[in-house]
Amino acid sequence: MPDVTFLDANELVLNMGPQHPSTHGVLRVILKLDGEKVLGCECVIGYLHRGVEKIAENRTWMQFAPYVDRMDYVAAVSNGLGYCLAVEKLMSVEAPPRAQAVRVILTELNRITSHLLWLGTHALDIGAITPVFYCFREREEALKIFENYCGARLTTHAFRIGGLQYETYDTFEKEVLAFCDMFPAKVDEYEELLTGNRIWLGRTRGVGILTAEDCKDFGVTGPVLRASGVEWDLRKAQPYSGYEKYDFAIPTGRNGDTFDRYIVRIQEMRQSLRIIRQAVEGLPTGPIMGKVPKVMKPPVGECYVSIEAPKGELGYFVVSDNSTQPYRVRVRPPSFVNLQALDRMCRGSLIADVVAIIGTIDIVLGEVDR
Amino acid sequence: MKKFLRAVFLVDLIEGLWVTFRNQKPSLIYTEQYPAERPKVAERYRGAPRLNINPDNGETLCIACNLCALACPERLIVVTSERNEETRRKELTTFTYDTSRCMFCGLCEDACPVDALELTQDFELATYTREGQIWDRQMLEEGPRPTQYTH
Repeated sequence: MPDVTFLDANELVLNMGPQHPSTHGVLRVILKLDGEKVLGCECVIGYLHRGVEKIAENRTWMQFAPYVDRMDYVAAVSNGLGYCLAVEKLMSVEAPPRAQAVRVILTELNRITSHLLWLGTHALDIGAITPVFYCFREREEALKIFENYCGARLTTHAFRIGGLQYETYDTFEKEVLAFCDMFPAKVDEYEELLTGNRIWLGRTRGVGILTAEDCKDFGVTGPVLRASGVEWDLRKAQPYSGYEKYDFAIPTGRNGDTFDRYIVRIQEMRQSLRIIRQAVEGLPTGPIMGKVPKVMKPPVGECYVSIEAPKGELGYFVVSDNSTQPYRVRVRPPSFVNLQALDRMCRGSLIADVVAIIGTIDIVLGEVDR
Repeated sequence: MKKFLRAVFLVDLIEGLWVTFRNQKPSLIYTEQYPAERPKVAERYRGAPRLNINPDNGETLCIACNLCALACPERLIVVTSERNEETRRKELTTFTYDTSRCMFCGLCEDACPVDALELTQDFELATYTREGQIWDRQMLEEGPRPTQYTH
């Protein structure tokens, strides 16, 4: 038997996280390394598990709405929309047209804030410090609109089942349009900083490639799927909340690498602005709350409603037993499903690229663990 | 030659600094000097709770209907009342609000039929003790003591 020394051991197991600044929360990744090369990785999740789905079973339908904001806390408005749509479908009510238009405006603004946070932190992970300050500057403007509208910046609880609780404030349209006018120049500014930057290109191009087939196999959705060239967007594929009325394009990439995902998200921000502008200009008047009883008792049944959240397909599966409380609420979070592809994307890359790849999937651990 | 002159006269440096100076406009500054400069929160801001009193006679507006306590997802509001034998109406005795568990969702103020319970623009809720986070009726009516900063 030959002597085995530690020099022969060519597989090194390394823990990355849970306390690591670039894992975007408390994600633990067990890396198998050959020198600098990644042979494989395994995710350990659950450090932020709060049992949100179980909490739902002990709250009334109305009371559970603030909790969904706390799953994907950077896109709380989208979470709220998904939950409200699911319960509305169960009760067969629909929000009035004005409520739908305001919902679209706020969710698209939320898509922009979510992508801005992603862009800032992703660039920071890779080593570009400037974009994070620029992104947070514009994010602040959008958060001010949320604060003026519903009184909170992050965990907004903006929508209620059946419509909206708050009527828009006096300068709402003006402020949103001012944001639309100001923002495109700022996106150009980010692109100036990053798109042609040689270091950025070197760190992102060809890193973490995921083919369209892999995406479909893993069930990956959202910008990650679109960057691989699949034109799939639930806002077009199964329109909800009046998205069929708006004219917008689905940006797609070709290579499915980190750079393409960056481009897709940048383009999505521009498309979101188009939707917001159309929605504000055609904002109907009328009631904001549908006919919903004070004590909600949806008929016995179950339904699955999914929306296009900033990170991908966000689905809610709700079951009712005709009581005031949900029998079961199951959430299909986009981050959790997209995180599965991490191993495929990391394999064969360098350890420094793992940081870029985790960033490019755009995960929020509050949503992964729920 | 041109490159040399640019280097001698520090053109690139000045161009770079110009970008920095361009962003020094007061309207472009987002940092708030917090305790010295108070942030102006929105009118609808959901902050510290308040139990409104009728300004005319100083009596509470609360009718002790308990709807806020039922609406609260965290069940942190406790309302007790007693029946006044003369007027035959329910009167509020105590009202307890645990701000340490509150997530400021605003469902309690939505539920209130007489606009007695309200979430105000006050956002400074830090205390030294956990007990201090549980607000009684007096605290809710008068509001928290104003914070004094000495610096």
